[in-house]
Amino acid sequence: MNNTNDQLIDLPILTDEMIGLLETLSNIAGVSGNEIAVRSIIRDSIAGFVDELHTDALGNLIALKKAKVEKPLKVLIAAHMDEVGFMLVEKESDGIFRFKVIGGIDERALAGKPVQVGKKQKPGVIGACPVHLSTREERERILSVDTLRIDTGPGTSEIQPGEYATFATKFIRMGQSVCGKALDNRIGVATLIELIKNCPENIELIAAFTAQEEIGLRGATVAPFRYDPDVAFVIDCTPANDQPAWDQSENTHYKTKLNQGPAIYASDGRTMYDYRLIHFLTSLCENYAIPYQIRQPGPGGTDAGAIHLSKNGIPTASVSVPGRYAHTAAMIVRIADWEKHFQLMTAALAHLHADILKADR
Amino acid sequence: MKNLLNTLTQTFGPSGYEKEIRNFIQKEIEPFVDEIHIDALGNLIARKGVQKEDGKRIMISAHMDELGVMASHIDKDGFVYIAFIGGINPLTCFGSRVKFMNGTEGVVYAETKKMNKIPDVTQLFVDVGASSKDNCPVKVGDVGVFVRPFLDLESRVVSKALDDRIGCLIAIETLKSIKDSPNELYFVFTVQEEVGVRGAVTSAYAIDPDMGIAVDVTIASDVPGGEQLNPVLGKGPCVKVKDSMLISHPMVIKAMTDAADRKEIPYQMEVLRFAGTDAGAIQFARSGVPSGCLSVACRYVHSPSEMVDWDDVENSIRLLTEILDKPVIL
Repeated sequence: MNNTNDQLIDLPILTDEMIGLLETLSNIAGVSGNEIAVRSIIRDSIAGFVDELHTDALGNLIALKKAKVEKPLKVLIAAHMDEVGFMLVEKESDGIFRFKVIGGIDERALAGKPVQVGKKQKPGVIGACPVHLSTREERERILSVDTLRIDTGPGTSEIQPGEYATFATKFIRMGQSVCGKALDNRIGVATLIELIKNCPENIELIAAFTAQEEIGLRGATVAPFRYDPDVAFVIDCTPANDQPAWDQSENTHYKTKLNQGPAIYASDGRTMYDYRLIHFLTSLCENYAIPYQIRQPGPGGTDAGAIHLSKNGIPTASVSVPGRYAHTAAMIVRIADWEKHFQLMTAALAHLHADILKADR
Repeated sequence: MKNLLNTLTQTFGPSGYEKEIRNFIQKEIEPFVDEIHIDALGNLIARKGVQKEDGKRIMISAHMDELGVMASHIDKDGFVYIAFIGGINPLTCFGSRVKFMNGTEGVVYAETKKMNKIPDVTQLFVDVGASSKDNCPVKVGDVGVFVRPFLDLESRVVSKALDDRIGCLIAIETLKSIKDSPNELYFVFTVQEEVGVRGAVTSAYAIDPDMGIAVDVTIASDVPGGEQLNPVLGKGPCVKVKDSMLISHPMVIKAMTDAADRKEIPYQMEVLRFAGTDAGAIQFARSGVPSGCLSVACRYVHSPSEMVDWDDVENSIRLLTEILDKPVIL
């Protein structure tokens, strides 16, 4: 921390209302390019708290909350609202659909999963040949998406190719964890909604709920353009592959770990993160005794990859909540990790000031 | 000039962490420019001259970042696992040394059990002399660069990071030698080229130039079993026609070859089947920018010992000076 606004604030706790909001957001469908239902919930949640609110041409929902001071720092916080899923490409027979994957989903994680299909969220299943009837050779091959079908049962004539489907997982609380589909990144969406409500008055907050992140950071490519932010934070949910290896050797490539707090990015496949902001965030964690981890550098990326290259360039940081089994039907996140992430972002808004960006990068 | 190159190559600056090399270049050029500033990503942008009636606004880009490593995991015995910053072949890493930003140095090696084929970067580690996670002076997220001193072979020079500190040298010396150009010249020492020409994206947007020229290295073919490519050491600067990110604008190519002909500077045409330079990003700025690239043929590109020919370097400075000194027709 620097010498201005260095008074520690009281950190918020994660309320049951926030977990309830996450439940609603997790259960709703919002595959990339079809974020309308998610957008509608967000709009209802924040409409009374912001000064401007618009949906742009790519489907981003962008809110502006003005400051109560002259020449405020303009801060963009982005959270993508889309999720990975499926699109129907052909009706083969009544209730049987060929489909393609939208975003990165491992084909091995598809067969046998319940899905919800089309505008009316009709139930369906990704069908596969039962073990009784498959040969050993067939079982050794990965079932590619071309050989799988979504089966909604007959009598669904209103469902048409071009409509979307998602995993049908219902959100549950499991002790210290939550489990559901699309926690990547509805958890960031829920966090950003709360940050808007409690944003400090010296900051002009540009809250971007972005579209189409999972298919190439497309919403984030245009989101920063209108308001010219001075600095940007991306909040997301990132894979933790932290289980020990089968032979008990040390796991050296876990990306992030559960129970270690928010994951701050140093570098990923799309961004070299601004180390002034990394230092700002890690210093905050130390001053507030918030546990944190540096996400392991390597491939992958967040909306930051598009945002930091907007116009003349924007200093950008990413902070994610770690979670296991990302981009499958069910992801598991520790509530404590989410709470620490929420606290870090709250502290970041409280202590952020222009001097951080005056230092040499 | 070789002393300047020596310092340029040995100054720390992996992609995203260019502060030290930028500070050095800034001091070196400040007396010779009209305006200088650093943008949000860390690009150093220096303007020389103003646009006269027959002049253009020209962006010249040399990237100052170099390849490097970032610590990704410290194991229980104090070994530092790494990720690469930029395109590095693991084969060039065995037994090489890296230096982290805090001064810690160490040896790169790989999990030998798995060494029956080219190792993946995830199997590489740096031994910094620590014996446990607790006494390891490196933390996850710390960045380092390869260590390899500058070697002067008279007609040729060798060092780590000649890609693209040789371009920085050419831009610096050109900037110093230009006296009265009709063109408004923006010399940009860019960041993060090695991770995806990122600094050029934002600096070209800000400058909005009429024309862009990157100065960078290209692969020399004149080594045993070399690539089937045209450029060789000692036959002059290379005029890029194409790489995988750019088809050079024909009038930019003409401006370069005309300038070479006027001054009787030898040059080679370069067609590269892969890779790219800052020019690949500059061409996309705003509504598009005619762009090209002046390349220096270089052996062993992206290894810690890259080699260029000194005559090529001097001729590149003469050529770039001649291009920028005269009106350009687009």
